[in-house]
Amino acid sequence: MYTQALNTSDGDDRGIEDAARAAQFQARIDADERIEPNDWMPAAYRKTLTRQISQHAHSEIVGMLPEGNWITRAPTLRRKAALLAKVQDECGHGLYLYAAAETLGSAREELVDLMLAGKAKYSSIFNYPTLTWADIGTIGWLVDGAAIMNQIPLCRCSYGPYARAMIRVCKEESFHQRQGFEIMLTLCRGTREQRAMAQNALDRWWWPVLMMFGPPDKVSQHSDNSTKWKIKRFSNDELRQKFVDATVPQAQFLGLTIPDPDMRQNEKGNWEYSPIDWNEFNQVLAGNGPCNRDRLAARRKAHEDGAWVREAAMAHAGKRKHRQLAQAAE
Amino acid sequence: MATPNVPLWEVFIRSRNGLAHKHVGSLHAADATLALQAARDIYTRRGEGLSIWVVPSSAITASDPSEKGMMFEPAESKIYRHPTFYDVPDEVGHM
Repeated sequence: MYTQALNTSDGDDRGIEDAARAAQFQARIDADERIEPNDWMPAAYRKTLTRQISQHAHSEIVGMLPEGNWITRAPTLRRKAALLAKVQDECGHGLYLYAAAETLGSAREELVDLMLAGKAKYSSIFNYPTLTWADIGTIGWLVDGAAIMNQIPLCRCSYGPYARAMIRVCKEESFHQRQGFEIMLTLCRGTREQRAMAQNALDRWWWPVLMMFGPPDKVSQHSDNSTKWKIKRFSNDELRQKFVDATVPQAQFLGLTIPDPDMRQNEKGNWEYSPIDWNEFNQVLAGNGPCNRDRLAARRKAHEDGAWVREAAMAHAGKRKHRQLAQAAE
Repeated sequence: MATPNVPLWEVFIRSRNGLAHKHVGSLHAADATLALQAARDIYTRRGEGLSIWVVPSSAITASDPSEKGMMFEPAESKIYRHPTFYDVPDEVGHM
């Protein structure tokens, strides 16, 4: 989902650790205990989580860009206020997540630097452009809808700080999805041009949204350990299917057509979708999506443009501390 | 160039009158004033708080989880500290 590039193996460094402690750790996981920052944990657990949580944080921050693109062009003041609040929430989510990642021992600044250097990933979905106002509706409805599907099970993840951050995030995401759906509903009840704009946005976002859940189970290398450690409670394909089944009736309500003519409902009631173009997904992850360069360039510019503010704040804090010490000494 | 580190703060929020401040998370800020403003923006966007405390994370002393057995043993072994330890006849009613 927000952590799609975990599918690279780091080798197994658990051999050098105390086998007894590892067994004890797994027993705690199996007993559904939460692991807290100062508890002993296998190095691979720490590494996997640091990567997963920081990639999730980067996704929230980069995710502000495609939507921020429409704040100044929202069609009404109501829509503008809601979109501004939503983008502000995404920033908040990024910050809760960086704080959770930091409890594993990496500084936020290091994690951010890795992202800016292009060495850490963020969700593939944010490398697609937001061409019309209907894209903002579609992002709220589908991208946030998919995120909720993925994040609700993460509220029960074995690592305490991540699970707690996810609880806050999930509470807020619900507003995001509803505001997106409302935008779509308004367009779909509007003029012929507005309906066409809504359909066009769905056509462009549908497949990239399905890719958000990550590679199919049979090629997802990271899932084994993540499942064993109860970081991941459902497989990519399970979550994707749940999302499709929840979304099809919503699209029908809107009167929109999902761009998959071969989609069929099977006897169990699940909607079977056509094969996904994983080549496109891999291309986007490799940096060749429509907006990869723009997104990274925008983040770098924001970081560089903000450098003087960070420096000034630290210099001011230092000066005041100095003055206080001097006064105390008098 | 690596981005220099900004100090870490722990955030505590009182959600309603009569309740204690509760830890809600942490954030980075250059000083206490900025930490309070950032805490408001990050942790109270939906009326979650009436009052905020920010404390430098470095000022917190924590117990060691690996020694929790020894640390909390005195509480484990004194069941006579709980009301259910004492027998009160049913006739006496609620006490």
